Amino acid sequence: MVEDHLRNAPSLAARAWSIRRNAVLMGEVQGQGYIAQALGISDVLAVAYFHGMTYRAEDPHWEQRDRFLLSIGHYAIALYAALIEAGILPRDELESYGSDDSRLPMSGMASYTPGMEITGGSLGQGLSIAVGMALGLKRKKNPAFIYNLLSDGEVDEGATWEAAMSAGHWKLDNLIALVDVNNQQADGPSTAMLNFEPLADKWGAFGWHVQRVNGNDIPALVAAFETARNLSDPKPRVIICDTKMARGVPFLEARDRNHFLRVEPAEWTEALAILDATRPA
Amino acid sequence: MSQSSPPQKARLKTSAMIASLAAEGQRTKPAPFGHALAKLAETRPEVVGMTADLGKYTDLHIFGQAHPDRYYQMGMAEQLLMGAASGMAREGFMPFATTYAVFASRRAHDFICMAIAEEKLNVKIACALPGLTTGYGPSHQATDDIAIFRAMPNLTIIDPCDALDIEQIVPAIAAHDGPVYLRLLRGQVPLVLDEYDYEFKLGQAALLRDGGDALIVSSGFMTMRALETAKLLEADGVSLAVLHSPTIKPLDVASITREARRSGRLVIVAENHSVIGGLGEAVAGVLMREGIHCAFRQIGLPDEFLDAGALPTLHDRYGISAEAMRASIKGWL
Repeated sequence: MVEDHLRNAPSLAARAWSIRRNAVLMGEVQGQGYIAQALGISDVLAVAYFHGMTYRAEDPHWEQRDRFLLSIGHYAIALYAALIEAGILPRDELESYGSDDSRLPMSGMASYTPGMEITGGSLGQGLSIAVGMALGLKRKKNPAFIYNLLSDGEVDEGATWEAAMSAGHWKLDNLIALVDVNNQQADGPSTAMLNFEPLADKWGAFGWHVQRVNGNDIPALVAAFETARNLSDPKPRVIICDTKMARGVPFLEARDRNHFLRVEPAEWTEALAILDATRPA
Repeated sequence: MSQSSPPQKARLKTSAMIASLAAEGQRTKPAPFGHALAKLAETRPEVVGMTADLGKYTDLHIFGQAHPDRYYQMGMAEQLLMGAASGMAREGFMPFATTYAVFASRRAHDFICMAIAEEKLNVKIACALPGLTTGYGPSHQATDDIAIFRAMPNLTIIDPCDALDIEQIVPAIAAHDGPVYLRLLRGQVPLVLDEYDYEFKLGQAALLRDGGDALIVSSGFMTMRALETAKLLEADGVSLAVLHSPTIKPLDVASITREARRSGRLVIVAENHSVIGGLGEAVAGVLMREGIHCAFRQIGLPDEFLDAGALPTLHDRYGISAEAMRASIKGWL
C-alpha cells in the first residue's frame, strides 16, 4: 500500500517532476528515445502511482496489488522513471537503461523488470490482456483494479476495439483504461494518420464510462481517478488524457517531430537545468 | 412427342463442415476433447474454457455444459481470445482457448507469440480443423499451422491421432507448465490406438508396429492412415513400420534417430500439413543433423491453396488417403 507520507509529501507535482527528471537522465544514457512521451505522461503516472493505485513497493507480485499494464512498450522509459520513484526499482539502475544485460530494456518486457506486468510493444495487445486479468480477478473475488495505459496510436489497432467491446460486454468495473492522447505517432500527428475522433463517443458507444481530461493537470487527473475508482456503474472506465509531448521542457515541446527524439549532449544538460529550475515545492 | 424423364443425376459428394474423418463403420468416440476437459476440470479448479464463437465446433461446449461458470464465450474475436487467455493465465488460471487452427495460427499469431509464448504462460490452445479436415477451402484449411507455430519459442505442439490420444493428451498437457498448441479432432473422432499397446507421453514418439521395408514417421490422423496403409501393403508383401510422433515440438529426436538408423529402410514422413515447414521437414532436419543418410520421402499436402470439396475426394486428390499412400509407397520401393 502507498504509505500516507508518500501520498501527501512530496506533492504529486513533485512526484511528477521526479519522474520527468528520472526519464531525462535515462534518455541521456542513450542520447535518444521516447523522451517526449515520458515527459508528457509523467503527471498521469504520478497520479497513478502516488494517488490512485494500491501496491507494495517491496513486493511487486503482491496478490492484492492494483495491476498497471503498459501496453505501449516503448513508454518503458516513463514507467521505469515512475517505478524508480515508487521504490519498486532501485534508483541506481537508472543509468543501465537500454544497456546490455540491463533489467531496463528500451521496450518494456515483463520477464526483465519488477513492476512491469506485461510485455507490451506489439501495440494493441494490452487491453485484451487487461480484459482477461479483470475477468480473472473477478473469478478470484479479488477487489484490485487493472489499469491499462495505451496510446492514441493504439486505438488504430482493431484488437483494441475487440477488447473494448468485450470489457463493456462483461461489465468490467475493475478495469480502468488510460489513453494517452498526445497526437503524435511514428509517422506524424496521430489524427492525421488515422482519425480516431470523436474518441470519447467511441468508448462510450462500447459501453464504457468515459472521462476526458487534461493529462497534464494534476488536480483534474486526481478527480478523474477518484471518479473512476469509486463509480458504482457496472462499466469499465476510461480516462482519455490529453497530454503535451515533452511537457516541462519547452525547447523539446517545440520540436516538430518529437515521437523519437535525438538530443545532443549539451541539450540534455539544458533539459535538466530547465527541470531543476522548475522544481515544485 | 413423347416426354422422357430427365436422366437421373448422380448424387454429388458434399463438402459438409461436419464431415467426419471416420470411414463408414469405423469405431468412433464423440467429442473426446470436451469430455476429457470436463473430467479434468473436476479435479483442477484453475481450468477455464474460453472460445471465440466456436464452442460447439471445438467440442468445448461439453465442458461448458458441465462447468457453466468456468466457460467464457469471448465472441468472434480471436486476438481478444488469446490476449484474454494470457490475462487469465497471469491471474493463476489455466485457460483452454479454442478456435479453428487457421484463425489461431494466422489471425491471432502475434497475440499467441507476444502475450502467451514469450512469457511461457500456461495457456492451452486447442484448435479444430487442422490441415485438410474440412472441404471449405483455404479459409478453413490450416495446411500451414505447424509451419507457423514451429518457429515460436516455448510453444509445445501436439498433433493427436484419434480419440484415445486426445483423452490422454488433455491431462498430459495440463500437467505441463507452459503454452501448448493442440491440433484438435472434433465431433465423432475415430478410435484406433486402443488396438495397440499405446500410451501418450508428452515429447515421446511410439512405435506402433514394426516392419522391414520402410518406416513411416507420422502424426495426427495420418498415423491412422499409415496403419491402414501398412495393412493394405501387407497383401503386397511390403512390411511397414509406423512411428507415431504426436509431439511435433519438442520432437522425439532419440526415437526418430533410433528407428531411422536401422539400415535399409526407406524413411517416409506422413503428415496432415503442407510439405513445407511441418513434421516432414522437422524430421529431415534431424536426419541431416544426426548424419543419417537414408532414402527419404514425404507424404503431405502440396504447397498450394487446396481445393474445396468432399474430404474423401480431396484426401485421394492430394495423396493422403490410404489407397493413395499405398500407391505412392509401392512406387518408391
